[in-house]
Amino acid sequence: MNPRAKAVSLRGRGIHLAYGETKVLRGVDFHVASGAAACVIGPSGSGKSTLLRALNRLTEPDAGQILLDGEDVTHADPNAYRRRVGMVFQHFNLFPHMTVEANITLALRRLKGLGKAEARQVAHEQLQHVGLEAKAGFRPANLSGGQQQRVAIARALAMAPEVMLFDEVTSALDPELVKGVLGLMADLSAEGMTMVVVTHEMGFARQVADQVTFMDAGLVVEEGSPEAVFEDAQSPRLRQFLSQVL
Amino acid sequence: MDVLDRLGQNLFNVDYILEVLPTMLGVGLVNTLYLSFIAALFSIAIGVLLAVMGMSRRRLFRWPARVYVDVFRGIPAILAIVIIGQGLFWLARDVFNTTSPYPLGILALTLITSAYLGEIFRSGIQSVEAGQLDAARALGFGYGRAMLLVVIPQGIRRVLPATVNQFIQLIKLSSLVFYLGLQANQREIFRIAQDFASGAGNQSSLIAAALCYLIITVPLTHVVNVIDRRLREGPKVRVPLDDTLSEGVKA
Repeated sequence: MNPRAKAVSLRGRGIHLAYGETKVLRGVDFHVASGAAACVIGPSGSGKSTLLRALNRLTEPDAGQILLDGEDVTHADPNAYRRRVGMVFQHFNLFPHMTVEANITLALRRLKGLGKAEARQVAHEQLQHVGLEAKAGFRPANLSGGQQQRVAIARALAMAPEVMLFDEVTSALDPELVKGVLGLMADLSAEGMTMVVVTHEMGFARQVADQVTFMDAGLVVEEGSPEAVFEDAQSPRLRQFLSQVL
Repeated sequence: MDVLDRLGQNLFNVDYILEVLPTMLGVGLVNTLYLSFIAALFSIAIGVLLAVMGMSRRRLFRWPARVYVDVFRGIPAILAIVIIGQGLFWLARDVFNTTSPYPLGILALTLITSAYLGEIFRSGIQSVEAGQLDAARALGFGYGRAMLLVVIPQGIRRVLPATVNQFIQLIKLSSLVFYLGLQANQREIFRIAQDFASGAGNQSSLIAAALCYLIITVPLTHVVNVIDRRLREGPKVRVPLDDTLSEGVKA
């Protein structure tokens, strides 16, 4: 592994975000401690994915504050900020016109200014870490969904982010491919990466998360340890949600 | 003389065809390709610019692109060529410092072709999934660089067949530049054929011209098909069969 940047804490304070008239986030407070894994659960349309997009400012929040490692980054240069926050998407979003290796080296070379050989080396180390070094010269289309998602994780990690955001990364995968990706995420968490994981995988949330956040209708409804959330739900809304998904 | 004979004499006289071919290939074909190639280069650059402007959220950028496309797609090509070629004659004299109709001819061809290319590129770029831009920006690229490095290359790739079709159109369009008046060594395929036909009182040189255009355009059409097939099927890469089996191992 190439040396990782140290993991840091991430906090969102009073985040509001609307798409036109639709208020998707209505004052969300969210915090994940350095090195912790936070799972965000909730029904579709509750604002989970939008929260992730707001946290790395892919969609700028209308109001609120974002703090990375205690530093207010709400108005920092968005491109520089996003380099410090890795993100993985539901549909992988690999660049289909580039090889697996080029997917990873693109940002290393163009943003970090690494030389060709150096960038290649980082890419191969990352690919090795996700068990796909042999696929370096392949196009994404020639990989299975699970492999593509692991490449996407490698691509994000190659930038040495301080926090990783995962947006329903196993939702588009065939069931037999889910385990490999979740295993990789569990390993990453065990290595001390700060992670925010939006997921429908309750088993993963229960086993890996240090903290589970339940969102509904653009608000954080309940938050706590996996035991507290899954075994001792306080709000009727969470109890109803759990009765449907468990 | 019966009809077939007359047809053969007027259009397919081999002697005349052989007589005109050296000039047609040595001067005409070269000039046709030159006009088309230069206009194609400018058209690509302006086409990309028009596409990006046309997609802008700001009216200040979107509207000029819209008007440009509407105007140059909406008037007959010959009219555009005459308006530019004759109407802007002073431009050639004062700016390009020449009496050659080439600069203005290329300008007119570029204005027309770039308008079409702009729309072709825009449709291609807009067909690229929003997630591609998201992914590039999430890595830390700004909007401009994300578009340039990730979105636009994919978008243009998707519309390559339509783009090559437009180049075929451009090659045929370049024949209209004759209207601006060409000197002997400036003549392109069509003009040479026409001159020869009126001199010889025989139209066989026009058939020779047709063959010349077909030599260029038919292979291009096949290039389109090859590109199209490759885009649909992807480049040839061998995929080991044990792939999906090794999937769960890491977990």
